[in-house]
Parts: sequence; C-alpha cells; structure tokens
Amino acid sequence: MLRIEHAYWLIAAFLLYSGWRNLRDWHLWHAAFWIVLGLLFGAGDFILAQSTAGHALPAQVAGAGVIALALLAPQLKRMAHPESSSAEQRLQSAIRLGHMLFVPALLIPLVTLLVALFGAYLAIGRHALFATPQMTLTGLALACVVALFAASVVARTPMHEGVAEGRRLLDAIGWAALLPLLLAALGQVFTQSGVGAAIAAIATDFLPTGNATAALLAFALGMVLFTVIMGNAFAAFPVMMAGIGLPLLIRQHGAHPAILGSMGMLCGYCGTLLTPMAADFNLVPAALLELRNPYGVIRAQAWSALWIFICTFLLMWMLVFH
Amino acid sequence: MNYWPLLGVAVIVVGFALRFNAVPVVVTAAIVSGLLAGLSVPDLLALLGKSFVSARMLLLFVLTLPAIGLLERAGLREHAQRWMARLQNMTLARLLIGYLLLRQLLATVGLTGVAGPAQTVRPLLAPMGEAAAEKILPGFDEADREELRAVASATDNIGRFFGEDVFIALGAVLLIQGFYSQHGIELSPLAIALWALPTAIAAFAIQSVRIWLYQRRLQRRATALRNGQGN
Repeated sequence: MLRIEHAYWLIAAFLLYSGWRNLRDWHLWHAAFWIVLGLLFGAGDFILAQSTAGHALPAQVAGAGVIALALLAPQLKRMAHPESSSAEQRLQSAIRLGHMLFVPALLIPLVTLLVALFGAYLAIGRHALFATPQMTLTGLALACVVALFAASVVARTPMHEGVAEGRRLLDAIGWAALLPLLLAALGQVFTQSGVGAAIAAIATDFLPTGNATAALLAFALGMVLFTVIMGNAFAAFPVMMAGIGLPLLIRQHGAHPAILGSMGMLCGYCGTLLTPMAADFNLVPAALLELRNPYGVIRAQAWSALWIFICTFLLMWMLVFH
Repeated sequence: MNYWPLLGVAVIVVGFALRFNAVPVVVTAAIVSGLLAGLSVPDLLALLGKSFVSARMLLLFVLTLPAIGLLERAGLREHAQRWMARLQNMTLARLLIGYLLLRQLLATVGLTGVAGPAQTVRPLLAPMGEAAAEKILPGFDEADREELRAVASATDNIGRFFGEDVFIALGAVLLIQGFYSQHGIELSPLAIALWALPTAIAAFAIQSVRIWLYQRRLQRRATALRNGQGN
C-alpha cells in the first residue's frame, strides 16, 4: 500500500543524495544543509510517533536540527552549477524531440489527477493500493516518478542523470526551498505562543464584534497586512484564522468555513503582490529582468492587487454568511 | 493577555527590512515568540521540531525536479521558445493575456514550476513583448522596456497566484484543510479549491483589462507622435 510517508522517504533519499553529491564536490555547507534536512525528513514519522507516545526527545532533537538549518542557511552562497549540456545540444535535441518533450511534463498533473479521482477504487487482491489520507499528494509523488521514467525514455537518458539534474536545480533554489516549511512551523509557534490571541484581543478592542461585516473586513485586511509583514500568506493564515476567523466569524457569526478559508487566503495573496518580503516573486524577478528599480515589479502589480482584493472581499462578503 | 510574543512579529519585520537571510530570521522569530510566551527551552525545541516535521508536505515539489531537470536538458525550454516564435498575429495584449491565461491554467493543474521569471519571462515573454511593443511605438526607449518587463513579470505572478489556489494538491488548499482539521472541522480539498474559482476569474479579467489599457496607452502615444510629426 502506498502512503504519503513513502513520498517523504523519497524526498529524504533525494535530499541525502544531493548532500552526498555536494560532499563529493567538497561543498561542505551545502552537503551539511541537505543532509540535516534529509535526516529530518527520513525520521519524520518516528519523531511524530514518539511525540504522540509522550517521548519528547526525538522532537527536541528535530528542533535542534531546525536551528542547525537556520545557522547553515546563511553559509549557502548561490552557486550556479555549469549547465550540463550546451545551448547547441539542447537546441538540436529540441528540434529532434519536438512536442514529445511536453508529454512527460504533462504526466505529472495527469497522473496526480487520476490518482486523486480513482485511487480509492484501485486494489491488488484485497489490499487497497493507496492509503486514504493524503491520497492526492501520494499521487503527486507517484506522478513525479512516472514522469522521470517517461522523461528518461523520451530523452533516451538514464534516470540517474535526471536525479543529478534535479540536484543541480535544488542547489540553485537553495535555502529558499525551506521557507514554506519554516513559515508553517512559525505559524504553529505563533499560535501556541498566543500571537493570534493577542492580535484577536487587539482587534476585538477596536472592533464591534457583534458586527459580522466589520469582523470580516478586519479579517481580510488583517490577511493582507500580515502577509505584507511576513511575506507569505501561509504564515498569516493560521494567525488570522485563530485570531478572528475561527472564534468570531465561524463560531459566532456562522461563516462558511470553505469560503472563508479559500477567499481569506486569496486576500493574503493580494498582500504577497505588494511586499518586498516575498522576495522570490517580487525582488528576484526585478533583478533577473535587470530593472533599475528593485520595486518595479511591485509597482506594476500594485493596482491589480488592489482591484483583486476589492473583488474578492465583495464576493466573500456576499457568499460567506449564507 | 500577554502581548510580549508579538515581538516575534517585530523580529520578522526588522530582519526582512535589514535584508538578513530569511531562514535564521524566521527561526529567531519563532524562538523569541515562544520564549516570551513562557515556553521552556525543551518544550520550544519539541514544538519547533514537531511543527516543522508536520509541514513536510510543503517540500513535495522537489520531487518534480529530476523529471523537469532531465526535460530541460533535453531542450524543453528551447522547444517551447521555438514553438512560441512560430505563432503569427501576436499583438502585445494578445501575447500577455494569452500568457496570463496559460500560466493560470497551468497553475490550476499544479504546474506552477513549468513557467516563471527565470524559465519563461526573461527568455521568452519579455523579448517577445518588447518586439510586439516596438511594432506599436517606434521610439520605445529603455525606461519603456523596463516598464514592459515589469508588467510581464507582474502578469506571471498574478497568473500563478490566482491559479494555484484552485489546484487541490498544492500548499494553500492543504494548509487550509490542515488548519480546519486541527480544529475539528473536516473539509475535502475540492470544496476549498472550488471557492478559489470566482477570484481566479476576477483576477484574470482585472489583469487583462490592465494589459489592454497599457497597450492603448502605447497606441495613444504613437498617435500623438504621428500627429506631432504631421504638423
């Protein structure tokens, strides 16, 4: 039976492989970074199981591992590995393979979708092929393996070279790959530390909590502002939900959870368009496109962000309380 | 009410404003908030480790890298470029709106990594857009080029953001589902993803209108230029 844990082990194997290759190339900081992360991924189930059983030590070691990653990250200089094929070779290959190149790339969403839709019905004998929790993600992991296999057939290249290419891309992304996980963890810590509650307390001091529209506006603007501060709507979401969304809007005013969650997150995305803290989307492209103004991209999308926010808020206001 | 944990938020603001590496800034913010909330060091470490490990699904995208890397080595980008260049009758607005639609649809099926500032905007969209803009306005100078590239990158961001929330297997939907299930509300990912559709459509319409207005501005400048020369 395929479970999401198998996908995590696959990631762990890939991270450890990347660490090992960096070790061989004598890039020690990169090697240490990916190996620590790989160990955290490989040991994840054990850590969670022990934690549930009341043994805190493995989770504490994992916490120390996260701090180690934080200390290692500034040492990772962006390094561009030399391209493994020349522009001329790639062009020749592109002309030869044509639209066939799109097939493996499209297999990733296609296989994921098939598993999401039909995975529950697949069985070998009396054993279900996919575990029910996180079936879509398990499908995504399977799809990546299928796509790698298809790519190696289409390009007539052994699969291990694909893994080597993957490591090249991973090194190029570097510590930025880690930010979503860290921000999700930060959100948890903020929730546990009562940051959400403190914000809610401040909000309720200023808000007429009996007024559903005012609370909704505070929630939506809070998503934008908190996203601007944190650079990521994922970090703002748990805080604003725990502070205003869940206690006031859902529990007190009966807001529809799916609409509130989905559209609240999208309000946060409007904040992402406005903030230099979302460096990957706003500052890095400006540098990549050689703009003299580092905020050029933000300026180009600010009005769109405002109008999309207004539309989303109005839609949410009309739909969420029914 | 203990307001001291809010200093963790201040750490984030100051750390980013001073352009420090984001990873230690985020971890420091977590430590500051946790300690000020009165958590003991062992409890804080356990919380940090456990929440980090629980968020492992957010790194699932790295599994796409080997397949994409192999395809790029085999000329995926070059083929896409050649294919785009063969398409005739491309005005600036059609090019940018078409890209917006494609980017949004790709993100909707989870293919956020196929396009992006490095993969498509710099090598494809920006040069093609500049060529299209030069057809409208002959005296297209360096400042205009920068604005065009910024518009292209903004279009890429908007297409990606307001498409990816519709895909059921990406971070946003799973984060929402995870939050609710922690608090005893069970929702299916599809129920959450569907409610991102109205905003996806609104975002497409808004950005398309803004692209069209941008093109019209260039056309008006060109007309003014021609009239000026005529007199």
